[in-house]
Amino acid sequence: MRERDLVIVGAGPAGMAAATAAHENGVKDILLLERDQYLGGILNQCIHTGFGHVYFKEILTGPEYAARVIEKVKSIKDIEISLRSFAVRLTGDKVLTYLKPGKMERVKAKALIMATGCRERTREMIHIAGTRPAGIFPAGLAQKLINIEGLIPGKEVVIVGSGDIGLIMARRFTFEGAKVKCVVEIEAKSKGLVRNIVQCIEDFGIPMYFKHKIAKIYGKHRVEAVDVVRVDDKFNEISGTKFEIKCDTILISVGLIPENELIEAAGCEMDRKTNSPVSKELNKTSIPGIFACGNSFKVYDVADSVSRDSAVAGRLAAEYLRGLQ
Amino acid sequence: MTKKNIICIECPQGCHITLDMEENKVMKISGNKCPKGEKYALSEIKNPTRVLATSVAAEGMPFKMLAVKTDKPIPKADLIRAMRKVKKIRVKKPVHVGEIIASNFMKPGVNLVVTREFFK
Repeated sequence: MRERDLVIVGAGPAGMAAATAAHENGVKDILLLERDQYLGGILNQCIHTGFGHVYFKEILTGPEYAARVIEKVKSIKDIEISLRSFAVRLTGDKVLTYLKPGKMERVKAKALIMATGCRERTREMIHIAGTRPAGIFPAGLAQKLINIEGLIPGKEVVIVGSGDIGLIMARRFTFEGAKVKCVVEIEAKSKGLVRNIVQCIEDFGIPMYFKHKIAKIYGKHRVEAVDVVRVDDKFNEISGTKFEIKCDTILISVGLIPENELIEAAGCEMDRKTNSPVSKELNKTSIPGIFACGNSFKVYDVADSVSRDSAVAGRLAAEYLRGLQ
Repeated sequence: MTKKNIICIECPQGCHITLDMEENKVMKISGNKCPKGEKYALSEIKNPTRVLATSVAAEGMPFKMLAVKTDKPIPKADLIRAMRKVKKIRVKKPVHVGEIIASNFMKPGVNLVVTREFFK
């Protein structure tokens, strides 16, 4: 089993920023693992603008932002990139097991940075009553299906939650000729950036129902309709306010959950509510030498902030490694 | 004197901008935290424009969809019509970030450019 100075799990904006910063701070042996077949992480499917206004003083799309960071990472020979590499096990003494096509590898890391991002909250997690037909997608999955696979998930869409991903997809579906019937948000205010309310919802006259929720989903094999109902301040249904909306697709955009099962299994102290590592300082976990950055540390709204904070993780890892000598 | 309220979309801050109008003439702009907001506000009430970011289908390439955008904003009212044009495009050869795949797209001087790099 090989020992590496620094292993980074995830080559999205967080992992890549950590890798380049670690190198700038003196780390000369870096293994950068990425489960997908290309670098860039979630940026590859974020084809909309809104990236780079801090870092590059330009307004870029996700893939353009990624291209610039990727160019930097690829130019550093001390960063070994391993694609199609899926981390499956991590121990408290920093032994990481990962799968590559046709093989299983184990590596002992002196320092480790987890940049594994988030997964999406699903319909089941928010307990929407009704049947379980096809046509219910987390908004980010719908984004991947359209932007990467070239598939249109549906034609008449209801969006649950006003998180940014749902707002962005309201516009995306409209662009692709679908009818977005409405966005339903349980709280009184939008969860996403106000610019997205303007450029994704108001621009297209899409109704937004605040203080409303989906009471029930109808449909045998495919979504057919939803019941929408107004709620009070305790999120209880207000009787008499229910109305039906016919649709064939439901997008769920109600928040992200950091993917931290590996560090949890390794023994890091976890915050049960957020699934983030318990931490007194940015990017640190309860295990010295294991760091987390980007969405896996805490959920971010803006990619530029991810790059800024993840560079700190790279620096911390470098400091930690110097301390070991 | 009337007041128009808009929200700037130039950056994630989303400043609430107020335009003091006197018979369709802008007398004062306030609420913006940077000069881009003032420019946006003036443009938004006269002729709102948006950058179109979308994806085009590929043929015979190692990817199915290629991310693209207009390199300058186009009139907001033209967005849906622009999408109908985009959906007719097929990418059939390797292209790089920044490369133009449709010039004078919807408006002279506005090009549809590649935003995703696959070949470096």
